Amino acid sequence: MEGYLSLWDEYGARIMESFWANLQLTFWAFLISLVLGTLLAIMRISPIPSLRAFGTAYVNIFRNTPLTIIMAFGVLVLFGVFKLQISSDFNLNFFQIAIIGLSIYHAAFFCEAIRSGVNTVPLGQAEAARAIGLSFLPAAQLVILPQAFRGAIVPMGNVLIALIKNTTVALAGSVAEISGLMKTMIEFRADQGFLIFLTVALMFVVIVVPIGLLVTWLSKKLAVAR
Amino acid sequence: MSTQSVLFDAPGPKARRRILILNIIGVLIFIGLIAYLIYGLYGAGQLTAEKWNVFATGSVWSNFILPGLIKTLQSAAISIVTSLIFGFIFGMGRLSHNKFFNWISTVVVEFFRAVPVLLMMLFLWIMLANSGWVQPADSPFFAVVIGLTLYNGSVVAELIRSGVHGLPKGQREAGIAIGLTRTQSLSLIEIPQALTAMLPALISQFIVILKDSALGYIINFNELLFMSKLVGTGNSNTFQALVIAAAIFISLNFALSKLASYVSGRLSSRGIA
Repeated sequence: MEGYLSLWDEYGARIMESFWANLQLTFWAFLISLVLGTLLAIMRISPIPSLRAFGTAYVNIFRNTPLTIIMAFGVLVLFGVFKLQISSDFNLNFFQIAIIGLSIYHAAFFCEAIRSGVNTVPLGQAEAARAIGLSFLPAAQLVILPQAFRGAIVPMGNVLIALIKNTTVALAGSVAEISGLMKTMIEFRADQGFLIFLTVALMFVVIVVPIGLLVTWLSKKLAVAR
Repeated sequence: MSTQSVLFDAPGPKARRRILILNIIGVLIFIGLIAYLIYGLYGAGQLTAEKWNVFATGSVWSNFILPGLIKTLQSAAISIVTSLIFGFIFGMGRLSHNKFFNWISTVVVEFFRAVPVLLMMLFLWIMLANSGWVQPADSPFFAVVIGLTLYNGSVVAELIRSGVHGLPKGQREAGIAIGLTRTQSLSLIEIPQALTAMLPALISQFIVILKDSALGYIINFNELLFMSKLVGTGNSNTFQALVIAAAIFISLNFALSKLASYVSGRLSSRGIA
């Protein structure tokens, strides 16, 4: 027990700092991928074949690529080969590249989640929207998407939870986040290995489980009464 | 897709013209993007023959890419089998009426679903190498397989549980009526049906396993991505090597997802799902 407590003295501040990095990654990647995913979903349900093809191609490519490759690509190719500098700060640069990688990957999943929400909207809603003279974009914006988002709360919540957990893969993108710190901690304090793992794991449980419950509650509260 | 015809009427002459114009603009933007990408890659010297020629030689494939691919497929295949076993046991546990077994299974399943797979792999990797239970050189492989099993097995357990809940009540009642115990009725009647109904979701989970096996790259497991990186650093063509690795992963997963939608079509035509 004492060994475990001394661990907090030694690493406590860095644990919080690293986990904060994971939460920041989650926040920014969530915002960007949600916007990108919504745009892709609109493309995939639009009447314009080329946009539909683009949306389908995007989803098929990025949903089937391992996130690890995207992260490794960011640091080895974008930074290593093409010398991409978004920020002059060395660490911030990796952090921002990781946000881009996470966003590109999860946008495909948000697109599919929203599209599954569109499937829950009954035919009559789209027909009624057309009957009162709305064309594609106004109908999507005023009638279809508001109901689709409500129907897509559970799948979108699942993508958000996956995103929170996937921020650990940013380790492959050279970001100083919690899984890298956990590795260092276990390497230096192998005697406390299990407790270190349990501590970090429980930090994720504490974030992920309430979000899961919140999503279930929201999906019931916001369900469209039919 | 049925959803697409839902959202707009069969277009009239005016709408057809508008769609045609927007379609052409879309195609032009798309071509422009690709042209910009190719121009950028060309300008950076990434499209020269010397960067790609390595992949026309047999030794790169026989020494790096194929061994890596075999490791990826091997770890994924073993993990699929072990996850199914894990999911079967804990799915039974979550459906069990025995309070103790039920509680244990709920805690295990909820815990491993909430913890990032990478954390489990990192922990297992270092601890297995230190413990001496496996050869240190094998510890990445075991870490990948056990990590994938714990997470995906928990997901499979949830799939089985929701599949059994989706079955008509008469199935269990019929089982009990012919004198089966609850466990027998679950394992002989309900879970086989639940697995069939959940087959498309299960196959999608296999895609997750295949993709997540690439996490082994981080813990020095010599799988496809790891070996491709070696090719890249050895021939200073990291970009090309990663593109090849990604293309292999994408085609494998794309084939699996096509299989999932084919199975789901077959099942719904048989009235099962």
